[in-house]
Amino acid sequence: MSEEKVKVKVTHLTKKFGDLLVLDDISFNVREGEFLCIVGPTGCGKTTFLNSLTKLYDITAGEILVNGEPVDLKKHNIAYIFQEYSTFPWLKVEENIRYGLKLKKLPEDVIRERTDEVIRMVGLEEFRNYYPDQLSASMLQRVVIARAFAVKPELLIMDEPYGQLDISLRFKLEDELIRLWQETKTTVIFITHNIEEAVYLSERILVLTNKPTKIKKEIVNTLPRPRDVTAPDFVEIRNHVTDLIKWW
Amino acid sequence: MEQNGRIENPMISMKQVKKRFESDGRVKEVVDTFNLDVKENEFVVLFGPGQCGKTTLINLIAGLELPTEGEIQVDGKKVEAPGPDRGVVYQTTALFPFCTVMGNVEFGPKSRGIDKKTRRERAQYFIDLVGLQGFEKSFPNQLSGGMRQRVGIARAYCNDPKVMLLDEPFGHLDAQTRYMMEEELEKIWQKEKRTVVFVTNNIEEAVYLADRIILLTNCPTKIKAEYQVDLPRPRSYVDPAFLKLRQEILDNTDETL
Amino acid sequence: MKHMNEKMEKTLYAVLAIASFFLAWELLTAFTPAGETTPGPVEVLRLLFTSFFEPIGKFTIYGHLYYSIRRVLVGYVVATVLGIIVGIAMGTSRYAEAIIKPLFELIRPIPPIAWIPLVILWFGVGELPKYTIIFIGSFTNVTLNAYTGAQRVDPQLIGCAKMLGTSDRDIFLRVILPSSLPQIFAGMQVALSTAWMAVLAAEMIGAQEGCGWIILRGSDTTNIPLVLVGMVVIGVVGLLLATIMRIAERRLCAWNRMDV
Repeated sequence: MSEEKVKVKVTHLTKKFGDLLVLDDISFNVREGEFLCIVGPTGCGKTTFLNSLTKLYDITAGEILVNGEPVDLKKHNIAYIFQEYSTFPWLKVEENIRYGLKLKKLPEDVIRERTDEVIRMVGLEEFRNYYPDQLSASMLQRVVIARAFAVKPELLIMDEPYGQLDISLRFKLEDELIRLWQETKTTVIFITHNIEEAVYLSERILVLTNKPTKIKKEIVNTLPRPRDVTAPDFVEIRNHVTDLIKWW
Repeated sequence: MEQNGRIENPMISMKQVKKRFESDGRVKEVVDTFNLDVKENEFVVLFGPGQCGKTTLINLIAGLELPTEGEIQVDGKKVEAPGPDRGVVYQTTALFPFCTVMGNVEFGPKSRGIDKKTRRERAQYFIDLVGLQGFEKSFPNQLSGGMRQRVGIARAYCNDPKVMLLDEPFGHLDAQTRYMMEEELEKIWQKEKRTVVFVTNNIEEAVYLADRIILLTNCPTKIKAEYQVDLPRPRSYVDPAFLKLRQEILDNTDETL
Repeated sequence: MKHMNEKMEKTLYAVLAIASFFLAWELLTAFTPAGETTPGPVEVLRLLFTSFFEPIGKFTIYGHLYYSIRRVLVGYVVATVLGIIVGIAMGTSRYAEAIIKPLFELIRPIPPIAWIPLVILWFGVGELPKYTIIFIGSFTNVTLNAYTGAQRVDPQLIGCAKMLGTSDRDIFLRVILPSSLPQIFAGMQVALSTAWMAVLAAEMIGAQEGCGWIILRGSDTTNIPLVLVGMVVIGVVGLLLATIMRIAERRLCAWNRMDV
């Protein structure tokens, strides 16, 4: 089964700043097409973890493989979505989405086709000629998502993209994200502080410890979708994860 | 549910309040015919979508802005200007960056000419209450987001206001720190009861804290519905009744524009 | 730990930069035609050294330093006090801004040296005109920075102080002034160096002493080493003044530092 194929393999990932150990021998796999959530207590080495994973920092020890090869941002098609909506304010919605595709030097007809496709998928057809500052927060977030999915990434890394949104909006965008993920079969690593969000989205949750960061527990989440945040089995997993990281 | 039943001797009373802003000849209506009475020591949460004018409501009660029509009274006195009978806690904390934690907390009493010994004692009591003992001499930029909000709460309390106005105080915090601060605020409020008006766009927070939730419409904002929250305190975020109420209110909330 | 290393590294680079400047100067004057007209650093430093014991004109270098520093400090302190007041007035009152700002923008580009004839006409050739020139040379920088500082005070802080029951006077003293302090200090720092730069212009007015006067004297008598001695002294003192200001700022605006 293709489900068994390993997309990302992290072994013995270790990061020190001087004498300070931040990431302590972390190993895990991500399956092709999996939706993996990573949660940890506030102040766990989440940012360091992310920056090491994406090779923004040199790692002290260990290995990160994508498709069995050392991760290389030039070779591997990896997309990121951060909490700040990083759209170019001087480009229209459509141009923002085309930007990443142009960087990949794709032929014009492919660019046009993909742009149209993702714009339709996130429901931004009417807004394709708007500039970012003419859009609301939810629209902007959709532009960012559309741009990420347009490049058909083999791996999508999301760092708490909905942290500052109000709940109803968050629920809506989460549903949209799940739909896109199911349609595109993209591998997703989603980092968040919000336990309910992690249980709502994930197929598997990695719970991190405080610094020096290790993996405390791995939780497989097979709740049927669409998920109900009030269902007893949902609450049970949520409580379980909460107990693992509760510091407050 | 347009008009809530009037309460006898309310601590806060808003009658037929409207607020319009004018800029470049364009009129923007932000608050539309707002009627609200808040009892003494009641914890009221104003909950509404996105930019629905919640902050304007806080500013109106604070007296930082004046209503275009209607009248607001706090403890039977018409609100016409900012004043120390109302304490405000801001989302951005608005701490004085050049004052230490102690300097911030005692700012109000010092402004009102209270002698050093009394105000220090009082400030220390509230610093201890919010769990910041040991940080009296720290400057705001040395503190984490959660700690800064604690200072903001202590500062507002230390001035002994009749009414506490909290404007999305935990909006910038991560989910876990927010839980902590909500639990903390609940404890503080149990110990130092005040009339509280708390604004948020987070329904979980609203259900956790409120005696009564006022659901607001989109801009221009009015009252869409009211919910009395009778769950026992301290509440559990995953209690079925909690989740049910949360869902019910959310389903009734206007879509964020 | 890391902090210390960075500091040492910075000092090392500063020393290296200054040393290589002097080395390049020495080499240029020793091995190129520039040496025929310009003395090398060794010669200049020797002259500087003797000036500690042998007077140039009426005084040794100490006397010249005393006069120059006194002139600069008087002009600068007056400029600072007035500048802070005018700047904050402009930053907090729309009327003050509307009235003062255009006048200010008009007068600002005029270099201090241009005022010399007028200043002599008004105040003669004593110390007062010299203070005035220094004042003109530093006033604008303090004012403009105090102005931006006061303008940028977070309105929410003012609202917050009002809610806490703070009087208008206290809002000025306890919110606006401290909020603007980092900006004011930045202005004072620039102003101190421009004040010191204006010492030459000031000492063009009938002076018989001072670091600027040394340069003028050297220029009048085509004594190039003397000109360079004056330049070196002005440079070194300027550097010291800037360092003192930076230390003072670090003390007074500790809250504004992000690293802790």
